[in-house]
Amino acid sequence: MIKKLLAHVKEYKKTAIVTPFLVLMEVVLEILIPLIMAELIDRGIDGGSMPDIIKYGIALLLSALFALAFGVGAGRTASVASSGFASNLRSAMYDHVQEFSFANIDKFSTASIVTRLTTDVSNVQMAFQMCTRIAIRAPGMLIFALIAAFSIDAELAFVYVAILPVLGLGLYCMIRIVYPVFNRVFKTYDKLNNVVQENLYGMRVVKSFNRQEHEVEKFKETSGKIYKDFSKAEKTMAFAQPLMQFCMYASMLLISWFGARAIVASGNDAALGLSTGELISLITYAMQILMSLMMISMIFVMFTMARASGERIAELLDEESTIHDPENPVFDVADGSIDFENVHFRYGKSKNKDVLNDINLHIKSGQTVGIIGATGSAKSSLVQLIPRLYDVTEGSVRVGGIDVRDYHIESLRNQVAVVLQKNTLFSGTISENLRWGNENATDEEIQKACKLACADEFIREFEDGYETYIEQGGSNVSGGQKQRLCIARALLKKPKILILDDSTSAVDTKTDAMIRRAFRTEIPDTTKLIIAQRIASVQDADQIVVLDDGRIADVGNHDELMKTSEIYREVYESQNKGGVADEQ
Amino acid sequence: MSSNETRRMPMGKRHGRGFAPLPKGQKFKPGTIKRLLSYLKRYKVRLILVVICILISSAAGVASSLFLQTLIDDYITPLLIEAVPDFGGLLKAIMSIAAVFAGGILASLFYARTMAIVAQSTLKDIRDEMFTKMQQLPVKYFDTRTHGDIMSYYTNDADTLRQMISQSLPNLFSSVVSMTAVFISMLHLSIWLTLIVLAFTGLILVVIKAIASRSGGYFMKQQRSIADVNGYIEEMVNGQKVVKVFCYEEKAKARFKEKNENLRETTAMANTLANVLMPVTGGMGYLLYVIIAVVGGAMGIAGISNFSIGGQATMTLGTIASFLTLSRNFVNPIAQVSQQLNSVIMAMAGASRIFELLDEQPEEDHGSVTLVNAHVSETGELEECEERTGVWAWKDGGKLIPMHGKINLKEVDFGYNDDELVLHDITIYAEPGQKVALVGATGAGKTTITNLINRFYDIDDGKIQYDGININRIKKFDLRRSLGVVLQDVNLFTGTVMDNIRYGKLNATDEECIAAAKLANADGFIRMLPDGYDTILEGDGSGLSQGQRQLISIARAAVADPPVMILDEATSSIDTRTESIVQKGMDNLMHGRTVFVIAHRLSTIQNADVIMVMDKGRIIERGNHEHLLEEKGRYYQLYTGAFELE
Repeated sequence: MIKKLLAHVKEYKKTAIVTPFLVLMEVVLEILIPLIMAELIDRGIDGGSMPDIIKYGIALLLSALFALAFGVGAGRTASVASSGFASNLRSAMYDHVQEFSFANIDKFSTASIVTRLTTDVSNVQMAFQMCTRIAIRAPGMLIFALIAAFSIDAELAFVYVAILPVLGLGLYCMIRIVYPVFNRVFKTYDKLNNVVQENLYGMRVVKSFNRQEHEVEKFKETSGKIYKDFSKAEKTMAFAQPLMQFCMYASMLLISWFGARAIVASGNDAALGLSTGELISLITYAMQILMSLMMISMIFVMFTMARASGERIAELLDEESTIHDPENPVFDVADGSIDFENVHFRYGKSKNKDVLNDINLHIKSGQTVGIIGATGSAKSSLVQLIPRLYDVTEGSVRVGGIDVRDYHIESLRNQVAVVLQKNTLFSGTISENLRWGNENATDEEIQKACKLACADEFIREFEDGYETYIEQGGSNVSGGQKQRLCIARALLKKPKILILDDSTSAVDTKTDAMIRRAFRTEIPDTTKLIIAQRIASVQDADQIVVLDDGRIADVGNHDELMKTSEIYREVYESQNKGGVADEQ
Repeated sequence: MSSNETRRMPMGKRHGRGFAPLPKGQKFKPGTIKRLLSYLKRYKVRLILVVICILISSAAGVASSLFLQTLIDDYITPLLIEAVPDFGGLLKAIMSIAAVFAGGILASLFYARTMAIVAQSTLKDIRDEMFTKMQQLPVKYFDTRTHGDIMSYYTNDADTLRQMISQSLPNLFSSVVSMTAVFISMLHLSIWLTLIVLAFTGLILVVIKAIASRSGGYFMKQQRSIADVNGYIEEMVNGQKVVKVFCYEEKAKARFKEKNENLRETTAMANTLANVLMPVTGGMGYLLYVIIAVVGGAMGIAGISNFSIGGQATMTLGTIASFLTLSRNFVNPIAQVSQQLNSVIMAMAGASRIFELLDEQPEEDHGSVTLVNAHVSETGELEECEERTGVWAWKDGGKLIPMHGKINLKEVDFGYNDDELVLHDITIYAEPGQKVALVGATGAGKTTITNLINRFYDIDDGKIQYDGININRIKKFDLRRSLGVVLQDVNLFTGTVMDNIRYGKLNATDEECIAAAKLANADGFIRMLPDGYDTILEGDGSGLSQGQRQLISIARAAVADPPVMILDEATSSIDTRTESIVQKGMDNLMHGRTVFVIAHRLSTIQNADVIMVMDKGRIIERGNHEHLLEEKGRYYQLYTGAFELE
């Protein structure tokens, strides 16, 4: 997983590798500084020699400046590398999602894709930055400080060896106790947020039923749980600082005691044993050694937290698109004929029930075909096989006489335009949205398509006409208007096959009829598939397919079906109780 | 394709932390600090103990830096001249300082643990108070704010508070205490050297400020950039299927690259500045160290007498050594303090937002008329009683008025804001047991009328009477108890199906709930669910179809058994067969009650007693089905499909 993610560091590899080196240099200097300080005190101040003070002062100054330079450098490279890494990861994921088939998108759900691209990436970015800086810094510091301490006085340095495991063990135990508790807290937090969110959405229900107190009770129960867990976790965490202090003070006292004896024994001569300057250095190292261990434990926590995010990202990147271009693709779609041959289809291999069962259907180029059936009868599934949004499980779907799996996908989809049931407009002007259908469409072409879709009229009524800005999700146009814009967008492709998946449900019946009439006269050669709830929308089609629970129940034109199909007749009668169709 | 697969999933709740921007010129709500303190005051005794403990712990810290001087000057140096060194004195000194250290350790353990409890209790108090307050706010409050906005009170704002109380405040306090203690100790050692430290500290502050303010700017930019990228991702991924259908992948990638690159640049800059802060202060600390060593050393060698608040003495080796350690202890917390201050400022911003919520005006209720159970006494008079009799009465002072469910709106005007009226001159008479249908395009004002009847909003002009009583004289609790509501957007709560039905009447038995489900025509599908009535619904019942959700909400209203119902019908997203099942449920519910129906399909309201056709906030036609058809007006147009409803 880690290797896979790190592969995306790419052009920032150099920068990323430079960081630990810069950090190491910084660490080396920070270790050197106490050594120089020891000399400065022993020879300069203690020895009363001004030249020595100046000599070591300059050395100290230079080291400090270099340490600063390296530190700043590392800060820069770490942030450049980590933000570059994050940017590459996002790009890779986003690009990969673009390759996803419908089946892949269904598997992840859009919300989870969005979270992976946003929150998870920033978690990994943080961890990466921490790692390049501190993960090297802390162990480096630990090792160098130990080496330095041992070189000053090996015997005294054993104090650290005795103290370190105490701190390490203490921290380890704390993490072990706290980690599951924190995990639980985060889940409870989700629950708390969930209660708040439900109340926000259902505020009217709460008020209508006078359930305010009931909800407050529910909330208090959850917030009480958070209180209990969180204070438990924090109470455990509260041991961290005292533990650190204990180790710090203990090593200081031990070094003082043994150090003092050593100094006295050597007569405060560094050459013979220990000097006062060296004693001070040793105590400085104590601080550095313990701090680095503390940091290592922090990295550990950080890392475990980022791991889940990393796994989610890797999972997305590992997802193989279920639909690929064939090896020698066909680029030209001959005509708009469609043939379903013994088609079976199910979503995903694991689902054990076929959504479509043994479908055989032949549509001639230029025909208008209506498809009706109850919700869940797999109307949408049926038409989504045509532009190869999904692949059949068994059998074959042919367009223009060739199996859709043999086409170059983009060429096929350019000839098969689908207006999805759950459609989306994007933020941007109306004409920008329409140009999705054809980037190079002229204004005339756009207007023509809109006239066909009965959209031109209402667009002109807008103050800014075709330059009207559509809000995200198309929230500033009505449902019927949105549907007509989506139809116009699809028409701009000038496809050989046009599929409308319940695309006029919010359009009034009169306009609906006008659109169908326009289709008949203006694009007679295009094969048209219309999924509808209303019989009126499919009544005049050349063929009407009645789907029932994934099977074709009946096929025929309106008159035939009125005679032969019970389902069709039932639906027709339920919708025409008031004689709507007759009065049209 | 399931049509509700993208129903509001809670989006990334975790949020980036790190070096936050200093909100420039941020105005806090006046008195924020004082109010925060008033929350902490509840834990007064503990907080006083915490302060004492912090003092002890800091004192131990200072003692540790001063100990070096004592060790070198008072013990090691004299021992050096002794022929037979006696370490007894040293041992005693070490033992006594060890005791001080032990005290310090215990003190910091105590304050850290106490603060954890204080912080969490305070947060619980604030959270509970927020939620309780939220329940009292008028619907208008929620209609005029986005949900995300309100959610962030509980997530972001509460979180900044937690950080501040449990971490920043104690850290800040102990840093300040240590710095003060260190400062005094420094004065105690040498005034001259202290002055050097002070001057240098000023320099460090200037540098930190310069870096922090620049980095703040970049962080703002980064925040905007993140919002931009995330917004784009959300929009595009939500429309991913459309992208596929139009083979728009390459273009989507290109636009993303641009935004992504922009984010990369700002992030790199912002993080660089934040990363640089620590090395810079660290480096400057060393610089100070060298200066003191040189100056102190020179003074020591030259034998310049040393001023301190302790008097005059010579500059000893121990003095310089201790002073060097002290100077680092003085400078090190500065960067930390500046970062903590940052988070305090953020928390203050969060706190003032929270207090704004807590200060919102709750829903007003001046009503005094209540709804009571009643029974008819032998003399034919109404009498109040405890048990549910099926007979209700309005209790106005000592007087009981029988409740029939007659609702009249007289010349009602209403606007959601002052400059625009949404309803004009609405007059509706609903007699007990009548079915009143409201028909009209989206935005015609149908839902607004129902909002006025249950007083989610109050009318601007006109009168609404309930059994002859002005509804603003009725207690809201009782008014709403008498009105059952089934909304078009069904909201279910996390819990079992049974819990959701019982929401209508909390003390309903299982049998009552099942009976209500049967009435609502929901029993059949509920029994088909994996665990029947015990099936747990999550995410607003997202596993159910729109029609099923609506059926449960009908059952919920049925359990409450109110005399008046307001029904908002399901939209066209339900297919005809499911619709007829839902319709049957609704019909059962309507039986024997006064009902207001907001109709989305004309087929369902043909048997209504009165149909009100609404357009742009006015009633343009009224009458029953036959009458309206004869008029050949808007209703006729709607009916024949010449006009769109949605």
